[in-house]
Order: sequence, then structure tokens, then C-alpha cells
Amino acid sequence: MDTSLSWIKAYVPDLECTAQEYTDAMTLSGTKVEGFTRLDENLEKIVVGKIDRIEPHPDADKLVVCQVQIDEDGTKIQIVTGASNIKEGDKVPVVLEGGRVAGSHHDGKIEGGYKIKKGKLRGVESFGMMCSIDELGSDKDMYPGAAPDGIFILSDNPEYAKAPVGSDAVEVLGLHDVTFEYEVTSNRVDCFGVLGIAREAAATFGKKFVPPVVTETGNGEDVGDYISVEVEDAALCKRYTARVVKNIRLAPSPEWMQRRLASVGIRPINNIVDITNYVMEEYSQPMHAYDLDKIEDRKIVVRRAANGEKFTTLDGQERELDDTMLMICDGKKAVGLAGIMGGENSMITDEVQTMLFEAATFDGTNIRLSGKKLGMRTDAQAKFEKGLDPNTAIEAMNRACQLVEELGAGEVVGGVVDYYPVKREGISIPYDVNRINALLGTEISEEEMAGYLEAIDLTVDREAKQVLVPSWRQDLERMADIAEEVARFYGYDRIPMTLPKSSATMGGLSEKLQLEKKLRSIVETYGFCEGMTFSFESPKIYDKLNLAPEDALRKSIVISNPLGEDYSVLRTSALGGMLTSLATNYSRRNKDVRLYELANVYLPKQLPVTELPDERMQLTLGMYGQGDFYDMKGVLEEILQRLNLKGDVEFLSDTSRSFLHPGRQAKVLCGGCEIAYLGEVHPAVTKNFEIGGRAYVAVVDLAELAALPKAADKYVGVPKFPAMTRDISLTMKKELLAGEVEAVIRKKGGALVEAFELFDVYEGEQIQKGFKSLAYKITFRAKDRTLTDEEVNASMDKIIATLEQMGAQLRK
Amino acid sequence: MKEKLSKIMEDAMAQIDASGQLEKLNEIRVAFLGKKGELTSVLKSMKDVAPEERPKVGQMVNDARSAIEEKLEQKKALFEKKLLEEKIKSETIDVTLPGRRMGIGHRHPNTITLEEVENIFVGMGYNVVEGPEVEYDYYNFEALNIPENHPAKDEQDTFYITKDILLRTQTSSVQVHEMEKGKLPIRMIAPGRVFRSDEVDATHSPTFHQIEGLVIDQGITFADLKGTLQEFAIRLFGEGTKVKFRPHHFQFTEPSAEMDVSCFKCGGKGCRFCKGSGWVEILGCGMVHPHVLEMSGIDPEKYTGFAFGVGLERIALFKYEIDDMRLLYENDTRFLKQF
Repeated sequence: MDTSLSWIKAYVPDLECTAQEYTDAMTLSGTKVEGFTRLDENLEKIVVGKIDRIEPHPDADKLVVCQVQIDEDGTKIQIVTGASNIKEGDKVPVVLEGGRVAGSHHDGKIEGGYKIKKGKLRGVESFGMMCSIDELGSDKDMYPGAAPDGIFILSDNPEYAKAPVGSDAVEVLGLHDVTFEYEVTSNRVDCFGVLGIAREAAATFGKKFVPPVVTETGNGEDVGDYISVEVEDAALCKRYTARVVKNIRLAPSPEWMQRRLASVGIRPINNIVDITNYVMEEYSQPMHAYDLDKIEDRKIVVRRAANGEKFTTLDGQERELDDTMLMICDGKKAVGLAGIMGGENSMITDEVQTMLFEAATFDGTNIRLSGKKLGMRTDAQAKFEKGLDPNTAIEAMNRACQLVEELGAGEVVGGVVDYYPVKREGISIPYDVNRINALLGTEISEEEMAGYLEAIDLTVDREAKQVLVPSWRQDLERMADIAEEVARFYGYDRIPMTLPKSSATMGGLSEKLQLEKKLRSIVETYGFCEGMTFSFESPKIYDKLNLAPEDALRKSIVISNPLGEDYSVLRTSALGGMLTSLATNYSRRNKDVRLYELANVYLPKQLPVTELPDERMQLTLGMYGQGDFYDMKGVLEEILQRLNLKGDVEFLSDTSRSFLHPGRQAKVLCGGCEIAYLGEVHPAVTKNFEIGGRAYVAVVDLAELAALPKAADKYVGVPKFPAMTRDISLTMKKELLAGEVEAVIRKKGGALVEAFELFDVYEGEQIQKGFKSLAYKITFRAKDRTLTDEEVNASMDKIIATLEQMGAQLRK
Repeated sequence: MKEKLSKIMEDAMAQIDASGQLEKLNEIRVAFLGKKGELTSVLKSMKDVAPEERPKVGQMVNDARSAIEEKLEQKKALFEKKLLEEKIKSETIDVTLPGRRMGIGHRHPNTITLEEVENIFVGMGYNVVEGPEVEYDYYNFEALNIPENHPAKDEQDTFYITKDILLRTQTSSVQVHEMEKGKLPIRMIAPGRVFRSDEVDATHSPTFHQIEGLVIDQGITFADLKGTLQEFAIRLFGEGTKVKFRPHHFQFTEPSAEMDVSCFKCGGKGCRFCKGSGWVEILGCGMVHPHVLEMSGIDPEKYTGFAFGVGLERIALFKYEIDDMRLLYENDTRFLKQF
């Protein structure tokens, strides 16, 4: 929403403020000004001049030398110009020596403008410049009378021609003005019109609001003889007003109206079109003009379209409609798409004689949905969508007819057709000064509070403790809304700042969030940096991950209106994002990359979706470069140890995940429950993601992890008695896993085994092919005594005997 | 005998004085004090001394031994000190060479920022809670006073799964879950991912994070909202930060406001960063709409409350002067390792 300051001042005549003051004050009272443009920026020392004499330049064919009168006393200056559209006697804007213009003919507006100095053109002195509209920082939309290429001849326009020589040309052209751009919130339907904003401005600055006085219009005829209105769908059309104008005299609208429209970005066309646009801007009530001679049967019918009905709008586009859309029709055919755009078949042309003015109130939601379906977005539609006040329709209609008469654009027929079955009334809201103060934390007096409300045309009934709200303020429904009105004009900045005095509460993080925090610290210690990726991805990621067609991870939730296929399914695993991030780093030649992400995956409970999915928080780790499977495993071991879980943790070799190397993957169980997996990324998958070399990933499911029972948090005494250690070195077939050997050490060694450590793994020369060697250092200790060799030997014998049964051989 | 001893003493002292290195001292020790040393040989020749003289001579020999030993020790200490000095001197290292680091990982700037925010509010007695990211339409819109077909619903560019299930567009949905639990008073913040159908560019992302705040109790005022958020701003952006509240509109709060903070780059003087205004818009807030309370089963006649919503990325981008939001989701370690 835009307005110029002069347009606001038309309704708040006493308003005196700078653009910045206006911006700040309006923003603080709730009408946010996003920015402003000074129309007279960089326009200095520009007067109305009169060309007295034009002579040829002695040395240049394309230049002329002018003597220009610049004040009432007859002072003349010499100006050399290349312009060809001037003649003696013309009044033109003249920038004097030392003055400034905003732009140039070729480049439009220039930052800081151009300073005009005395100079010589081909040897002839020139003491100023005659200006084109571009040099004045404006354009032909604002000033349709300005020459497209050349000096702006003021005297061609009867209004400007009257300006005395020497007067301020910027003033004459109405350029001492500012346009403001507002961010109007969707609830303030009234502020999508200049009058609504002017009312706010008057209240903000404590000035009087003077809306236009709309006078009786029309001749002695009766509009009923020209047109009748029939509304078939009262739910979608709450009000329909119609008036008729005959003997139309199309002409340009006056300068002031053109300028106001142009200042808010609306191109002036002719008096009739300009009036409809002007009133729409003023009242936020769209209007439409039909050529009455093209309305058959002299009848307007408001009905829904038929499914598949075709209609050509005035932009020449044929549209296909459905039965949710509202149409304006005559006795035979459709003539307009209600609230969105009129039809080509009834539009105003230069030949128009008699026209029908429409100001209606259509259902905002219906208009919005229709516009969306048709892919249309018009100014009228944008206004209707907000949900307009039906009471405004008649005001706008009569205002338009008043302007028709004032501008001499035609003869208004007397009377109005007004379909308005259910009148919307203002409402009363309970009003309690104490409760409003209690909500705001203020001590505003009753007097002061009423003053703020009355300034915006609310009526305060102190006896009944009620506020009467006019129908245009549909956003005011209950006392909290009234409190906001009070707060806005009291000033949000004047409301004190306190801290809640009420009951104390204990703050903190949930156990889940604490667990996440703990995991972050652990994996960061191991060099993993935290990454974040999107929750949705391309369904192609599943092929990239080498997933079998029946893999459960392919069962993902589909977004019905995605931003394209790349973001169309909710991820069932964060690995796609992780591998993509690793690939990004790889392609940028980052070495030794370790990343983690803590984020949800979304597992549907059934497809198609009928209830919320299972959102599972997962820790996903990924790395390439330095480190291998066992580094990744070490991180998981660290995590699981730090979490002090009660159940035994097992890493079991696995082949079930097709995106991992089948010989280098493991699932992690705790107390028999699978809580994590890890592995080397399958070479085919690293290739798909264009990661060179080996990459490793691990995924820990936090939901499973959080559910596991914890071991007691108790300290174990520092041993008092010495330990005994034994080293054993064994050769065995490769297929015999270290995990199986360790299970034997743990089980057969019994309570005396305090710890063991694998200190060597060897395959190669000196060892039979297909075999490997493992060497362990086993530590024995008793809590209560120093162990004897015999005790330890007995344990070792049991361990060795069992391992030998399993096919391992002790290396001597 | 006496002369002989004196001579030995003098010889020993002279040799010790002349000795150039530690090893030489040992040789001197052996030569004079060893089993076959000169002083020892004097002792051995005691049998030639008259018995009455023997104690006296013995004493003299012992005195000489002590003197030589003392001298040797002194000299030794001197040598050792010198050696140590030389060793230390030779061991000077270049302390400007780089240290060896563990290469500990880095937390995402979003998380660092979130943790700061969490700490502030936990300190003020707020619980940190979560809600589902895939949400029912009811919690994301209807229960927040945004009914079916309301324009405010369109403005949010929602991703839908079905007609009733969507990706939440705001963490405000968590407010409703928390209120429905029926446990009052409430002081909570709810951080989390939200989703809007915005194309990826330098300032937009279809996935981002918000932190929702909600306080409900008896006697909560707009002044409390202002005071709380001022406290938050000062703790997050530093002492001297100023706040400004502007009226605004949200469906689920009334009165509503937007909060600006004085630009933390220029301190409010106006710079490129705050587009010359001296202020940066940071959050939306307001008093919980009575209808929203009613819908969640809370009596608005008895309870009032305030709510606010902060964009996490917005704060993180401002705080670290990151000029492109895409960096947050690319996970280039050269970026991540700066935090």
C-alpha cells in the first residue's frame, strides 16, 4: 500500500511533519511505513521561466541560444539548449546556475542529482538549463502532458500556464511531496485505502480527520429504468450497488488526480477509468465500469459459473471456470468475473455512451480461491480478498458519481440500485478500563483511554462500559483488541518493562535434549563437525543409496505440493544428506572430513498417511580421509560407554544394509536391542555420490538409546592388590572373529579377568594363507588378595583349551 | 711428612683448578684419594711415623682429604651448573611453531546460537520442550486462531502431506500442545525446524528454525512481555542493547508487536547492515489471544500470557555476519570450523 503525503493531507489538513517524523510516528502507532521517496529530492533553484527569444547558435546547427525571463521583474538569463520543442513565449521549468536536477534525459534519476553550473556551449555562455520531465526526477506516467523528448512545456497545460514567471516550478508541479510505502497487516482491511491511513495519521498526530463530503448526485431520472439487479448467490455477494452515467465525455482526468494515481503506481488512462481507480484507492472499494449498451436485457445477474464455462476477460485471455466461481452476467451472457476482472465483451471503449458503475461486496475467501485457481492476481481481487465492509460500497459508489459530476465526465442518472439483504452493523464490545490496564501493565486514566478510542471513530459508552465499533473495523472483536488500540496510541514505547511477578517455575532441558547435548560433546571430541541438511529430499536418493526395491527406507512420506522433485519426500534416513555433504566437501578438496547431524527421520506408520509419522531423532556420523572402520567404531564405543548402559553392548557383523560394504558393516546391540549400525560406505554408493576413496558412516537411533536401562552410577574401588598379566598370541582362520575370541576370554577367564587388550593383529608372511594372528594382553586381578601364578595359569589354561577347540593355535 | 702433605694438597688444588671438564675431576679423585692415590699412600706409610705422631698425622691426612673432596665437589657443582646452562641454551625451541591439536569438532552456528538462547530462558525458569515437525493442520493453524480459508494461512506457503497433515510452518504449534497438557503456569521455549515453501536463495530456505516462547499465568501483562524480551535481548546481544516494540498483527496474539533491537554492528547509528535505520527486526510477539486460550481449555478471564517467536537463522546470520543462508546447509567444513 502506497500513499503520497499530499493525498493524506487532503484529509488531514492540519498535518505538519517531515517525512521521517511521519514514518516514525506512523510505524509506532501500528501503520508500518517501510520507506519513503521524496519527489523533490535533488531539485534545487528551479523556477518557472518564460522563453523570450530564440536565436540560432553561431557555431552549431543543433543548438539554439535562448533569452529566458526568470522573475516578475523581467530579469533574463541566456541558456543554450539542444531542445527542439520550444518556441518563444513558452513557459518552462528553468534550473538556475548553482541549482540541481534529479536526473538526466538518458539515465533517469541519478544518485545525488546533477549540479548545474555556468558553462560555455561551443563558445556561447549558458547560465542555466531548461528541464525535461526526466531531469525533474519524474516521468510521463506522473505527467502525461510532458514532452517525451524535450523540454516540459508548462504553458501547454492550462493549469500550469497560470503560474507566474519566477515562481517555484517544483511547487507548481506539485513535486514538493513524498510517497510512503506501507506494510499494512491483513487484519486492517480499512487501511488498504487512503482514507483508512489518513484516519490513523490524524489520530497519531492528534489532528482532525476530514473525510470527503459526498454530496447528492444524479439527474431527475430513475436508475431503475436503466438496470435491474438480481443476485442468485447471496452468500458470495453480500451487497451489489449499481448506478448509471450517461452522455459520457471521455477526457484526461485533471492533473491532481493523475498525479495522485501515478504517485501510488497507477497509470492515468481517462477520467472514467481514473475515477474508478481513484475511489478504489481512497475507500479500498474496487469499482467496475461496464458499457451499458453492451448489457443485454438491461439486467445484471450475479450467479455462479457453470463447470467448464468459458469466459474472456478484458485482457483478452479466455478462462475456463468452475461452479465455485462467481460471475456477473446480463440477461444473456457473462460480462465479468466477479471481483477479479471484467469481461472483454462489456468493457469501456472510446465509443462508450452510457455506463454502469458497480460497487459490490463479494466474499473474500471465494474471490481469493477463484483467483488462485485461475492464476490471476488483480488489484481489485487483492482488496476483496481481505473481506470488505459492505457499508463502504455505497459510499464509494456515491463518491465516484460525485467525481463524475465534478470532472464533467458525464451525466449521472438519479437513484441507486442497492441489493443489500442483510445490513452489517457495528458491534459493541465490553470495555473495562481496569482490565485493559491489567492486561497492558499500565495505569492509563479513563479519560485518556477514551480519547485514544474516540480519535479512531470508536464510540465509548462509559455508563454501559461498552465500546461501539464501526463496521469498517472488523478486526475489533473483544476487549483484547480494544486494549491494542489503546496501547497503540498510548505508545508501546511508554508501556513499562517488568518481569513476571507470578509463581516461580523450574526451567530445564528434557532428558532427550540432555542426551543430544551429551552426544554432541562426545562426537565433537572425536573431531566431528555438526552439519545440518534438509528434512526432505529427492526420491532418487534411494537409488543412489543402492537400496533394494523392497527396502523399508523407500517407504517415505510424499509432500503433496513440493518445491520440485528434489525436495519431495520426507527422509527416512539422514544418510542422503550426509553423503551429499561429504561429497560437497570432497569436491572442494577438503581433507579428512568428519561430520555429524542430529536430526529427525520420518517413518510413516502406514501409507498413504493417515496419522502423524514416527519422528525419530538420529545421530548420523560420516567421514572420509584419515580413519577407518575402527575409528568410527571407537566413537560408538565411547558413546555407549559414556551412557553407562546396563545391557551388554555387542557389535555384530552384518550384511543387511545394501548401502554399506557387505564385509565391513556391523549392527550394534545393547541388551539384545539394535540401537545403531556402522560401516564403510559401499564403493558403488561412494561412486554414486562422487566421493573418492573410502567413506564411513554410523547411525545411532536416539529413541532406542534413550529407552535403554542405565547401569547404577556407582564408583568401583581403585584396586589395592597387584595385577598379573599374560600375553597370548594365537593363529586362527580369518573367519574366526575377534569378538568370538574375546567372548571366550571373558567367559572362561572368569571373575579374575580384569581386562584384556588386543595389541596385535597380523596377516601375511609367516602366517598361513587364510589365517591371521591375534595377540592379547590379559590382566588378572582379585579384589582381596595378590593372585598366585597357579590361579592365573588355571584361568589361562581354560581360555587356551577352549580357543584350541575352536581351531585356534597358540603361537610359541 | 707435613711438607709432603702440603705438597700433595697444593698439587691436588692446582690440578682441580686446572681441570677443564667433569671427567678430569674423577681422574684427580682417583689420583689423590683412590686406593692407590697419593693421600692413600701417605696413610699406608703411617707405619713409618712415630706412634705418638700418628694421631696428629692421621688428623692432617683427614683434613687434607676433606679439603680436596670439598674442592672437588665445588668444582663439580660448577661444571654441572655450566653443563646445565649449556644444555638449556641448546634446547631453545621456536615457540611460534604451531601447537598440536586434537582437532575437536565444531558445533553448528545455529546450535551455538540456540544454546545461548536456551541458557538465557532456562535461567529465567523456562522449560525447553519440543513438538512434532509433521503436524496436524489443527495445531499449526486452527488452534492458533487461523481458521480454514483464512488469508493468513495462504501467506505461510505451507507444505502439505494430506489435507489435514502438513509440515509445521511455525513452532507456535508447540504452544497448543503445551497448553493442552493443562499444567499451569507455563513457561516454555520450543526450538525446532519449520518449513515453508520458499525457494533456496541467500535469504530463504524451505527449512529453517524457530524458537517459540510461551508464558501463561495469572496477572501476566504486556509490560512483562516487554521486560522479559528486553532482558533476553541484552543477554544475547550485550549490555547497552536497546529494544523497540512496534504494533503488528498475528492471529494468535492480541495485542501483538514486533521487536527491533538496536543494531549491534553500529550501536544504533545506522550502517549498511541495518540499512541505515539503526534497528534490526528480531522477533514477533504479543499477548496470547483469549480465543487461543479458550480453544486449549484455559480460562482467559483468569489467565493471561504472552508468546514470542524468533527465527534462529536470523539471529545466527546477524550475529556472525553471515551473508548467505545457504552456507548453513552446505556443511563445508571450512565454514563449520569457524565456529
